[in-house]
Amino acid sequence: MSAAIEVVDLAVSYGDVRAVDGVNLEVAEGEFVGVLGPNGAGKTTLLELVEGLRRPDAGTVRVLGEPVWPRNPRLLPRIGVQLQASSFFERLTTREQIHTFASLYGVAPARGDEWLERVGLVDKADTRVEGLSGGQAQRLSIACALVHDPELVFLDEPTAALDPQARRNLWDLLAGINDSGRTVVLTTHYMDEAEVLCDRVAVMDAGRVLRMDTPAALVRGLDAPARITVAPGQLRLDEARGLPGVADAVESLDGVVLVTRDPARVVARLAAEDRLDGVRVQTATLEDVFLDLTGREYRA
Amino acid sequence: MTGLAPFRALSLAIVRGFLRDRASVFFSMVFPLMFLVLFGGLLGSQGQSEVDLVRVGEVALLDEMDADARAAFDDTFEVTRSDDLASAIAEVRRGDADVAIEMRGDTLVAHYTQTDQVKAAVTQGALRAFVDGTNVAQSGEPPRFALETERVEDESLDTIQFVTPGLLGWAVAMSAAFGAAATLQGWRQTKLLRRLQLAPVSTRTVVAARVAVTLGIALVQMAIFLGLGAAAFGLTLSGSWWAAVPLVVVGTLCFMAIGLLAGALARTTEGAVNAANIVVLPMAFLSGSFFDLSAAPGWLQAVSNVLPLKHLNEGMLDVMVRGEGPAAVLVPMAILAAFAVVVTLAAARIFRWETA
Ligand SMILES: Nc1ncnc2c1ncn2[C@@H]1O[C@H](COP(=O)(O)OP(=O)(O)OP(=O)(O)O)[C@@H](O)[C@H]1O
Ligand SMILES: [Mg+2]
Repeated sequence: MSAAIEVVDLAVSYGDVRAVDGVNLEVAEGEFVGVLGPNGAGKTTLLELVEGLRRPDAGTVRVLGEPVWPRNPRLLPRIGVQLQASSFFERLTTREQIHTFASLYGVAPARGDEWLERVGLVDKADTRVEGLSGGQAQRLSIACALVHDPELVFLDEPTAALDPQARRNLWDLLAGINDSGRTVVLTTHYMDEAEVLCDRVAVMDAGRVLRMDTPAALVRGLDAPARITVAPGQLRLDEARGLPGVADAVESLDGVVLVTRDPARVVARLAAEDRLDGVRVQTATLEDVFLDLTGREYRA
Repeated sequence: MTGLAPFRALSLAIVRGFLRDRASVFFSMVFPLMFLVLFGGLLGSQGQSEVDLVRVGEVALLDEMDADARAAFDDTFEVTRSDDLASAIAEVRRGDADVAIEMRGDTLVAHYTQTDQVKAAVTQGALRAFVDGTNVAQSGEPPRFALETERVEDESLDTIQFVTPGLLGWAVAMSAAFGAAATLQGWRQTKLLRRLQLAPVSTRTVVAARVAVTLGIALVQMAIFLGLGAAAFGLTLSGSWWAAVPLVVVGTLCFMAIGLLAGALARTTEGAVNAANIVVLPMAFLSGSFFDLSAAPGWLQAVSNVLPLKHLNEGMLDVMVRGEGPAAVLVPMAILAAFAVVVTLAAARIFRWETA
């Protein structure tokens, strides 16, 4: 499979801020890639460079085999973009908005109507964009990005401001697009989202890609112990500490928490002793990987 | 791609955005019309103002006029009496009166002021007519020659004639400049400009759509102004008024460029609109949109001659009411076009895709 995106030694600064600082990455056609990183990590800037919105200070970007800078009109109909800030025509209704974008991409207005249905905005079709809630505007923005059925989609925090229903619906929608062979690149602050949707994720901080791999490989690489919680009254603390494979045990409100690097063995033992009621196993998540890589301090 | 569909879609989006913005519609359409109604309605009746005449001492001519002539005289002149010639002349000098008359033997002497040339001519002509008329009447012979007058430029002294082109110029300048400034700034603010950069439409198409809508608005303004002026206030256009259409088109482009510059310079939509305002409103005053500048001091007229709106106004006056031929718009059009080109180049130089 050929590369949908090839980024080599990409860098750009805003004055003193090195927003993107020597990034290399490759995204295969049909891949679903997530970009994670704290606020100000440079995700939006990286996406804008790859989309061809900004001129890089250094490095090259090729998308679908074509250079993106300067503005490449051959490429534009093949990519779909949702910017982090909703960008709409002022005072148009939802329907007029998507019809306008459909026309810009040479697509029939009926396709726009289909998309309104797909993102659940039919009820709001005649509402002006200024009257949409944050999540509704977000969904319209996504519909406008996808209306021309692009081969490659860039979504900058598409699920920010969405309620849980809308978020799951969007997951289904994006997974469907990806299954039909489209390449999807999104940024997100939701680790569960990245874990569910993405083939690979890139963790960024301070303009650099710290690591890029499948979510599972990243979690394995963290080599963090699992935590098994046993309901209160099932197990005494000293008993717990004595179980084979348990490295440590602590009391908590939910019961006794066992820390182990061999959760399978511990769970098997608990099962044998018939103490599985209310047992919860937590292995390391992408969130742990994220915090491990980027630290816990606030970002500017 | 420069297809027709993207152009149509963008134009429609801009038109809708404009029509749904009450403030824009008010300031570019309703507000200038309010001025037209104000000037046309209130000042219109002063169009043919009477001539203030001071009658010094006994003026036998007036007493010997026949009744018809006397009635006509009273229609033309607002007569006050005075016994002191010197103070009457001083009054004329101050502009409180237009003419003072006295009898020296059988000669009627008129002391008039040349400040208002039109009025001076009217005064002299009218007095001469009354003197001649009275001479004829007193000779007892019926007059052999008669004069009948027919106006070529109907009511050419009417305020509405003068005010309509000026106000139209101001209205066109305002909505073109504001439209361009607000669109550029608003689209940049909402990042729509960036989004459009990523859509397969050329910059040319985007600009063409905005220009087309602005031109459309200007022509609608023109139609409303001329229509209302003619229907309600007796505006009469002279023969080559149609030549004002291309003039308005070029004028609109010129003020769009000014708005574009304001939009490129400013950082917020409000800032852009204010900047356009700061340029257009004083320019309207200095270009004779609200009052006639022919009596203004020389330096002011010199200033006004470097303002594009002045040339738009003058060109419109020439072909719409002064009865000049279509060629009268060529020089103003060239000046406006030159302004448009220079200002557009300046705007393009400092243009940024987003507020940084
Ligand atoms: N237009 C700009 N001018 C100056 N600095 C900027 C500009 N845009 C971004 N930056 C800076 O560049 C850095 C990267 O910003 P970017 O928007 O790419 O972060 P991000 O990862 O998308 O953050 P978030 O999660 O908050 O969306 C930040 O330090 C930011 O302050
Ligand atoms: Mg961002």
